[in-house]
This record gives sequence, structure tokens and C-alpha cells, in this order.
Amino acid sequence: MLYAILCYHDEDFVGSWSKEQDETVMKKLAVVQDKLTKQGRLGPVARLLPTTAAATLRKEDPPLVLDGPYAETKEQLLGFYIVDCQNLDDALDVARDLGAANPGGAYEVRPVGVFRPGGTLT
Amino acid sequence: MSETDAAWIETALTSARPQAVGALLRYFRDLDTAEEAFQNACLRALKTWPQNGPPRDPAAWLIMVGRNVAIDEVRRARKQEPLPEDDQAISDLDDAEGKLAERLDGSHYRDDILRLMFICCHPDLPATQQIALALRIVSGLTVKQIARAFLVSEAAMEQRITRAKAKIADAGVPFEAPGAVERAERLAGVAAMIYLIFNEGYSASGDTAEIRKPLCEEAIRLARLLLRLFPGEPEIMGLTALLLLQHARSAARFAGDGSLILLEDQDRSLWSGTMIAEGLALIDKAMRHRKSGPYQIQAAIAALHARAATPEETDWTQIDLLYGALELVQPSPVVTLNRAVAVSKVRGAEAALALIEPLAPKLANYFHFYGVRGAFLMQLGRNDEARIAFDRAIALANTSAEAAHIRMHLDRLIRDSQPKAKAK
Repeated sequence: MLYAILCYHDEDFVGSWSKEQDETVMKKLAVVQDKLTKQGRLGPVARLLPTTAAATLRKEDPPLVLDGPYAETKEQLLGFYIVDCQNLDDALDVARDLGAANPGGAYEVRPVGVFRPGGTLT
Repeated sequence: MSETDAAWIETALTSARPQAVGALLRYFRDLDTAEEAFQNACLRALKTWPQNGPPRDPAAWLIMVGRNVAIDEVRRARKQEPLPEDDQAISDLDDAEGKLAERLDGSHYRDDILRLMFICCHPDLPATQQIALALRIVSGLTVKQIARAFLVSEAAMEQRITRAKAKIADAGVPFEAPGAVERAERLAGVAAMIYLIFNEGYSASGDTAEIRKPLCEEAIRLARLLLRLFPGEPEIMGLTALLLLQHARSAARFAGDGSLILLEDQDRSLWSGTMIAEGLALIDKAMRHRKSGPYQIQAAIAALHARAATPEETDWTQIDLLYGALELVQPSPVVTLNRAVAVSKVRGAEAALALIEPLAPKLANYFHFYGVRGAFLMQLGRNDEARIAFDRAIALANTSAEAAHIRMHLDRLIRDSQPKAKAK
């Protein structure tokens, strides 16, 4: 069984980390990740850019694009995609296509800062 | 990472600071009281958090504790002398209720932080005082840290901040929630102040770049904070993008000997791809609003440089157009001077020189004017005039890096134009 592990934290706090603190955390995480990689159990890993870089597409008709991250409490996270896009408009087009296939709810569109594709999981 | 280490607790206190001091300022309506209350809460945090771990919501905890400590002091004082009527309301607040209210009521959050930032950019304050005050009050840097970044003595910085605070106390601070127009004005003032903080760090020379770098980082942190509060403001997106795109080049801007490396000579592999990506994403977002402004235009120019893998791939035509747009919304001789550089790449040095000639009276004491003018003249082979311009630039240079850069041009001129000249 594959598990997605989604990271939540106070962005104000993480954004205030010094470079050294950030590197310390990343190093410690890398130790855990390397262990999983050796066991052939680690899939893709992504560190997202700040929520300030996010836009949200409400899957209405017509779709509505809002600035900022997804902020509703009445809907739950059900999945995610990682897509290679030219720019934000391109990413929103992809989100629109997906939204047309599955209306209702929303997609948060957020650029990825660090991406490791990981091993071959099946 | 151990969340209870002092360094991590310090970071948590720093990140909670704008919200906590902003809320305490709303309660006490006095900056010194709010700051003192926050300091007391921090001391309490440093005592208790290492044992119990940090609370779920550090800002709410600090606001609560800060307020209670201050109220206790008022109560202690009251035993000695009767209080005026007004102050009774404060001390009768029920703590548990206050805690709940603070947690549920996010409506103040935005205006609290904006007000706190806005106090620092009071129009009566000169720019140097504004940014010193913001770094002290909003960012929580120590006077020593700020003095170091500004390259002045601690005593001088202490005085600068004290003066600024005194002026603000005299001027009074508006506490009612601002209307839409006023909020927009405050936002513009705060954005300008953040830009100044960044510039203070960015305009460092090679030997001070590392010391002043924290100013750039702090400006970016504040810009992101402001954008989280006002997620739909394209100019704040533009500002944040501009700072990120400029700062992305920081590792490539200075040579080992501290001399300045021009954009076209920089090793682009040293540019931060992550910061550029974030900057570009923000510009994309801003552009969707079709509401242009000076920060967005400047960010778009920075983006064109960032997108060019090599200097030859730089889209100078587009940069020329963007500077033209910037001249319309924010006309200044310095903008025209920058535009001239783009014009020289697109239409040649002759056209660029014609563009800057009228600026001479306005920029008579501006180092870059003579540096740029000298470079254009040199391209046109008018070496004697170029040398005069370069000499003038060296006389006006603000840093040794600037002077050294111009001397390099001069050496080249002397080499090229006077093959017979003997070195003395």
C-alpha cells in the first residue's frame, strides 16, 4: 500500500528559519529519506514554494481563479498531480482540463521548489 | 531539530512578533507598552517552552501572556494609587475568554500587522529612520544587529530609533480600522518601506555585502508576510517578485576581491533557481490582474534578465519597452538612464546617448550617469570625451567597488587609444 505523507507547518515560522536552520532540517530529513530510498520504498518528494506563489482554481462553470492558496475548511484534500508547465497560465489550463473532467471543489496550483522523482514504485 | 532549543525558540518568537506586537499595540495603544509586554512574554516563553515545548499557536500565547503581565502590573500599581476610570476596562477582561476571542477573531490580524508596519513609515520620519524603526519593531532585530547592517555605531543607531519613536509618539497613531482608501495608502507606504530596506542591503559593496545581506532577506520575509495579508494585490506580488529576482543573483554579484560583477559578466549558474522560480510565479499571478504598476514593471524587467540563460539571449527590445512604461507611471531621470542602456543594445550607442544628454543637469552628481555616458562614448570611439566622463564618475563613486569598475574602463581606454603612451 502506498501512503502519501503531506507536510503541514506554520509558514511564518518556517519562513523565518535561518539558512543554517533550514539546512539542518533538510539534512536530518535526508537521512530518513535515504534509508527509505535504499529500501526501494520512496516515491517522489516535493518541497513547495511559499503559499504566496499559489493560485486556486474553483472548479465552477466557468472556472474561477483566485489568488493565494486553497483556504476552505469544508472540503478535503483528495489527491494531487505534479505536472511540468511553462508558466502559471499553462498550469491553470491543465487544472481547467482536469476540472472539466471532474467538476466541483478546487485545485490549488502551487509551484514546486525542490523535486526528487524518487525510485521506481509500482 | 529539537523544537525546544533556544535558537528555534528565538525563531518562533521572531515569526510571531509582528502579529503579537500588533495585537498588543491595539490593546495598549502605546508602542513602548506593547513592546515591553511582548518582551515580557518572550522572557516567559524562554523559561517555559524549553520544558513544555512551544504552544500550538505561539502568537496567541504571546499576546495572552503579554497582556496579562501588563495588566498585573497595572493591578499592582493600582494597589498603591487609584486608577483613572478608562483603565478599568482592560484589567477586567477574563483571560480564558480573551484567549478564545484571540483565536477565533482573525479579523484584526491583517490590520494589526499593517498598522504596526505603517507606524514605521510615518511621513514625518526620514527614510533612514523609517527602516531602522521597522527593523527594530516589526522584525525584532536588536539595535546592535541593525547598527551593524547600517555600518554605524550602536550608540548612533540607538539614537536614531529613539528619535523616530519620539516623533511617532507626538504624531499619534490612528487606531480605528482603516477604510479602503486609507488601507491602500498604508499598503503603498509599507511597500515603499520594505523596498527601502531591501535596497539598503542590495546597495552594499563587496566588502559589506555579507554583513548587509540580512536586510535583503528580512525585506523578502516582510514582503511575503504582506502578500499573505493581501493576497490579491498585484503590486505587492510585483514587489515580492522584484526582491526575489534581485536577491537571486546575490551569490554572483561580487568577485573574490569584493569588486562588483556586472549583470552581463555574472556566472549565471550561481543564480538561485528557486528564488527565480518563485519570482516568476508571482509575476505570472500579478499579470493576470491587468493592473500594471511600478513594482510589477520593474519585476518584469528583472524577470527578463533572469530568464536569459546567457547575456546574449536577453530580450533588450522588451526591456526597452518596459522601461518606457515605467517612465510613464514613475518618470525619473534614473529610469531614463536605465532605459538608455537597453536602447544602446537595441538601437546602438548613438541613440542611447541622445536619450541621456537632456539628463545631464539633473544627474550632475550621479555616479552612474557618467559611467553609462562614458561607456556609450567609448562604444562610439569618442575616447577623449569618454575619459572625461569616467574621471567624473570616479570622483563621484560611492564605494571602492564602483571606482574600481570605472578604472577598469579607463585602463582599457588608455590601452586602446594611446599605444605610444609610456607608463610612468
